[in-house]
Parts: sequence; C-alpha cells; structure tokens
Amino acid sequence: MRHRVVLAALSALALAASAACGSSGGDSDGKTITIAYQKFGAFIQLDNQLQKVKTQYESAHPGFKVKLLPIEAAENDYYTKLSLMNRSAKTAPDVMYEDTFLVNTDIQAGFLAPIDDYLSAWPDWSQFTDAAKGAAKAQDGKTYGVPMGTDTRALWYDKTLFKKAGIAVPWEPKSWNDILTTARTIKQKLPGVIPLNVYSGKGAGEGATMQGFEMLLYGTKNTLYDDASKKWIVASPGFNDSLNFIKTIFDEKLAPEPQDALDPNWGTKVSTELMPTSKLAINLDGSWQSSTWLDTGSKPWPQWNDTLGQAAMPTQNGEAPGKTSMSGGWVLSVGSHAKDKKAAFDFVTTMLNKDNTLEYDIGAGQIAERKDVAEDPKYQSSNPTLKFFTDLVQQTHFRPAYPDYPHVSDAIQVAMESVMTGQAQPADAAKTFADQVKSAVGGDDKVMTVQ
Amino acid sequence: MSIATAPRAARIGAFVPALLLLGVFFAGPLIWSVYSAFTDVALTGSATVDFVGFDNFTTLWHDAQFWNSLWLTLIFVVGSAVIGQNTLGLLIALLMRGRAKLTRAVVSGLVIAAWTVPETVAGFCWYSYLHRDGTLNGILGWFGLSQNWLYTTPMLAVILANVWRGTAFSMLVYQAALNDVPPELHEAAAVDGASAWQRLRGVTLPLIRRSIVTNLMLITLQTLAAFGLIYVMTKGGPGNKSSTTPIYMYQESFQFYKLGYGTAMALVLLLIGAIFSLIYVRLIKVDDL
Repeated sequence: MRHRVVLAALSALALAASAACGSSGGDSDGKTITIAYQKFGAFIQLDNQLQKVKTQYESAHPGFKVKLLPIEAAENDYYTKLSLMNRSAKTAPDVMYEDTFLVNTDIQAGFLAPIDDYLSAWPDWSQFTDAAKGAAKAQDGKTYGVPMGTDTRALWYDKTLFKKAGIAVPWEPKSWNDILTTARTIKQKLPGVIPLNVYSGKGAGEGATMQGFEMLLYGTKNTLYDDASKKWIVASPGFNDSLNFIKTIFDEKLAPEPQDALDPNWGTKVSTELMPTSKLAINLDGSWQSSTWLDTGSKPWPQWNDTLGQAAMPTQNGEAPGKTSMSGGWVLSVGSHAKDKKAAFDFVTTMLNKDNTLEYDIGAGQIAERKDVAEDPKYQSSNPTLKFFTDLVQQTHFRPAYPDYPHVSDAIQVAMESVMTGQAQPADAAKTFADQVKSAVGGDDKVMTVQ
Repeated sequence: MSIATAPRAARIGAFVPALLLLGVFFAGPLIWSVYSAFTDVALTGSATVDFVGFDNFTTLWHDAQFWNSLWLTLIFVVGSAVIGQNTLGLLIALLMRGRAKLTRAVVSGLVIAAWTVPETVAGFCWYSYLHRDGTLNGILGWFGLSQNWLYTTPMLAVILANVWRGTAFSMLVYQAALNDVPPELHEAAAVDGASAWQRLRGVTLPLIRRSIVTNLMLITLQTLAAFGLIYVMTKGGPGNKSSTTPIYMYQESFQFYKLGYGTAMALVLLLIGAIFSLIYVRLIKVDDL
C-alpha cells in the first residue's frame, strides 16, 4: 500500500515537472524580441526610452513585436535576477541591459552571443571611441555588446574652501604629491574640514576599489591584469605605492576618520551632507555626483556648480598622459538563446542610433561614447561638467571584468581596510592580497608578479 | 459513505495534492540544495555544472574566514538568543505575573511592538541609534564617550538589537507556560518555607521545562539563520568582524557567484542547528517530549 502511494506521488511529481518544462515561454517564434533591463527607484530613463524605441522598431519592422521585461530591483539583485533568467533557454531574453563589469562573466556562462559579424556591417560602429569598442570585448577577442554610455572619475573640490585656505583655483594637481600638499595645507588652515576623501575599505564596497584604489593604481606604471598572458598581477610596485598613499592620508588625518569612512552609508553622507555644507575639500568621486544635486536629485543644491570645481586625477609622478580615470558603463547585448539574432541586433542599433543615444545619455546623465553624440551642442549644454568628464574618456581605463574580479575587488578592499585602520603595513597587506587572490583564482599559474 | 468507511486508498488519495505541493515546494529545494553542495554550480561565469564530490567541504575546512564566521554565529546565537532573548523573556514573564492589568498591557505592548517592526526597519532604527551621529552618541557626547558603536563593538551592537527585537517571542511563550503552573503549588511551597528563588528552581522551572526546550529550539534556529538585521546594521563589517555564516554565505553565493559553495555552508549550518537541538533535549531531560 505504502509503496503504491509513494509511486503515485512520484509519478505525479514527474508529471508536474514535465508539464513545467513543456510550458512555453511563449516567445519562441523568433518574431517577438524580448528585452530585459533594470527599472528601479529614480532610474526610469531607460524604461522611458525603450518604450519609445519599441514603437519605432515595430513600425520599421512589420511582423515583429517587442516585449519589454523591466526588472524592478537594485543593482546587485538585478544581476542575480538576470542571471537566473539566463540560466534557462525558456526565460532568457533576446536583448539585455548588461553591466560591462559582468560581460565576461556572462560570456563564460554562455549567456551572450558575439555580434562581430553584425557590427562590421553597421556604419555607426565607427562613431564609437576605441575605449568604448573595448568595453564589451571578451578574452576571446570578440565583441558582445554595444555601449550605451559610460562614466568617469575625477577630483571634485570646493572652491570656496580653497579660496579660504589661500589655494589658487582652478586647481590642477600634477602628481600624487600635489594632492597631498594641498590636503596638508587645508588641514593646517581649515580645522574641522575633511581635506580629502578617497573611498576605502569594505564599507564602500566596489566604490572603494574603483573610485579609490584603481584611480591610484592605474595612474602608476602597473595595473591589475596582464592581458597578454591573461594573468592577475598580484604584486607590483604600483600596488604598494597605492596602499602607501592610503596609509599616508589616513595616518596624517588628511582623510576622514576610519570609523566614518568604513560606514556602508558613507558615500551617501559625502554627497548629501558633507559636500553641500562645505565640510569636505577634495573628493575623489564619479562623474554622476551632480545628478544628486539637481532639482530631480535626492539633495537639490542649486549652488553646486558655483561652489565645486573638478580636476583630473593626476598620474603618480605626472607620467604621460598626465591624468587617469576609470570607467564603468552599460551595454546592450544579444542573448545566446535568441532565435533571431539579427532581429535582436537590429533592436540594439535602433535603441543606440544617434538620436536615441543622445536623448538617453542626457536623460540618464551618461557620458556619450559616440563621437557624434559627444559633439552635439544639445548634449554639451545639458550639464556644465559634462565636457570635463567626457574629455577624460581619452585617458580612461576599464576594470578587468573577468569572473574572478569580484573576489579580487574584495581582496583589494580588505587590503585597504587593514592599512587605513593601521592593522597592517602596506607591504604585509599586499602580501595578504597576493595570497588571497592566488587561492581565489585557482593557483600560481593564474597570477604573476611585476617588478 | 462516511469517511471512516471509505476505502483506504481513497482516504490516502485525498492527501496526494498536499503531498505533491510539499514535494515540489519543500522537498524539491531541499534536495536541490543538498545536490548543489556537491557541485561547482555558479550563478554565472561557467556554462557547465560539474560534480565535485567533497571539494566544497574540503575548501570550507581550510577556509579561515568560514571558521571565523562560525565562531561569530555561535557568539551571536548564544549571546542574543540563548542568554538574551530567552532569559529576558522569562524574566519579564515572571515579573508580570499577578501585576495590574494596566502594567501588563503597557509592558507587553512595548515588548511586542519591537517584535512587530519589520526586520529591516528594526535594523535601520538600531543603525541610526548607534551610529556616530545617532541618538545614543548625542547623550554620551556629554561624557565624551561618543563613538560609532557599530565600528568599535559590532557584535555587541547586533546582539543587542536582536535581543531587543526577539524578546517578545520568548516572553509570550513563557507567559503561556506560566499560566499553566497551578498557583496552589506555589502557595504550598511558600507555606513550607521555600524562598522565592527556591520556588522558581524547584517548582516553576521544572513545570515549564517543555516550553523552555521548545522556545530554545525555535529561537536558536531562527537566530542561526538571522541575516537581514546584521546585513542592514553592519553588512558583516567592519572587515569581517560581524560576518556571521549567513552573511558570509550570501557574499559567496550572490557576490562571488559560487552557489555550490554557499549551499555547502548552508548544509553545515543545518547540521549545527541539529546539534543545538540535541543538546537542548539532553540538557533539560525531557523524557516525555
């Protein structure tokens, strides 16, 4: 009796399972293009734009339908949900909004399709900068996405504080030492003001790695990854120098107190409290900062452009090209499960033609990666800092966004944190970093040392 | 045909839908997670899933950060659940016996209010209370003791918050249990000259021991899996100083994409929960439970 019940239950289970597998996603005819993207909180610009592009595409391609799949989730959860969708051919979207940070990881998972053949036939591709063309280029040399816009990072400084401290504006630091000297002057002349903020430690997360450490490291002679040998650089003079810079600013109290800087909400405090009240003199931060202070932002501050100036982050000792920056950004990719990849790619090119890119980049505060958009007067007049941050694209770097990157980034934050809190000397922290990365990426043959 | 006379097969047949649902939504994920613990399944970054045997567990064994997280989990469970919520809950329940209706209403109202607050809201309340610009420091500032308590004493901070939030549950369990203790026994013991402490040890506690075991088990298992409160307050930081196993598990599974490794940790956590339960049953010797 008991056996029969179990059997019945099992067969019913099997039935349910097969029914679940058999149910169709409904869009396998190749005539419906599904688009997965993020729509969250104040980030509605992409959704607005895609609604318009859907109409444009459907009237230009009779017989095709576009189905928008907005994913309402914060950034990390968006990655998780998109990955889960991509894990099954039934739910995988035809076109997806991809962070360049995850492109390589998703390629290795087999989620994305290469689009080189289509790109070579697309005249607009020549409008993209070289850096942009590299943004979604994988380890196999193929390209897996078309960039929508990017961001850069630089030094924001408070002109009123600078004048009070007797420092000439515009400020143009030529080396790390120039930054330190200025910060020391501010500390001496203006007690109560934090001279310099460089994001550091696990609290700030990826912000510490990218806005903080990599802005230093990529201004030395070294980087994090060797493209030729495909190995992670776990030890280099530049790495130690960058940690030493962190040590100097925290030891000399040019930086905020570690207990404040390690707070997970520190970034919000910087942009909504410290900068608008002139409590912070220099801030190494992203090009998107000003969007917080617009009327539509979370902390409107009409005087922001009169108070703040921007300076490019110099290389360590002023080595050519003299300045450095880091860029992230998003691309539109074609899914590997897309039935009609050409149709999916056509949607991408419709969304990212000149007019639509122009409209999107202005609305979403993106830095244009198309030359024709960057030169458009409408784009240039949309935000006073736009030209400055757009010009930095010439000197920018991208993160080595391979599957092991999140681990490496975490190890960098750990190293920064142990140095800023005085728990370890830079040399020891660098050694711990090397060990941690070695074990995370799987052994000695995946890492290298640069003298 | 009444239910009693229905053929057995038909009676059992009525359970099939329930069994099915249990199978799909309860056993299914459980079996999947046991299976995943022995594979290198990743959220993204790899197109294949390979069976790796006990690799995940070997890695765990050598992972200093995992041992650190287990140790912190133990401190968190013992500190906030076993000692904090349990003792405080019992104490409040004992003190409220025989008090005026108003006192009871006000006290239990306050305690239960903390419990009904959603976890993330509770976490954020404590975050802003203990933070450097927070209320606590506003008061302590007068004595020059102002600091970011989430930075200097992260474990104490999350333990306090969890005691604050979870005490109501223990209190309710003990209130119900104490109602079943016959007052005559107390009076008899008092007539025999037993002190209040002796009455508690000799009469009350033995009579409510079953509730104690149930309560300890429930709050231990709940606290072992606590995630939201710690994540909101400290994100496991500073460094890894409050990174309990659930936080570490989340980091490995969803930030480093190693789902297989994360599920292996979940299995270990399950085992620890089982060990805790066994210890409780043994310690309190509930023969008839």
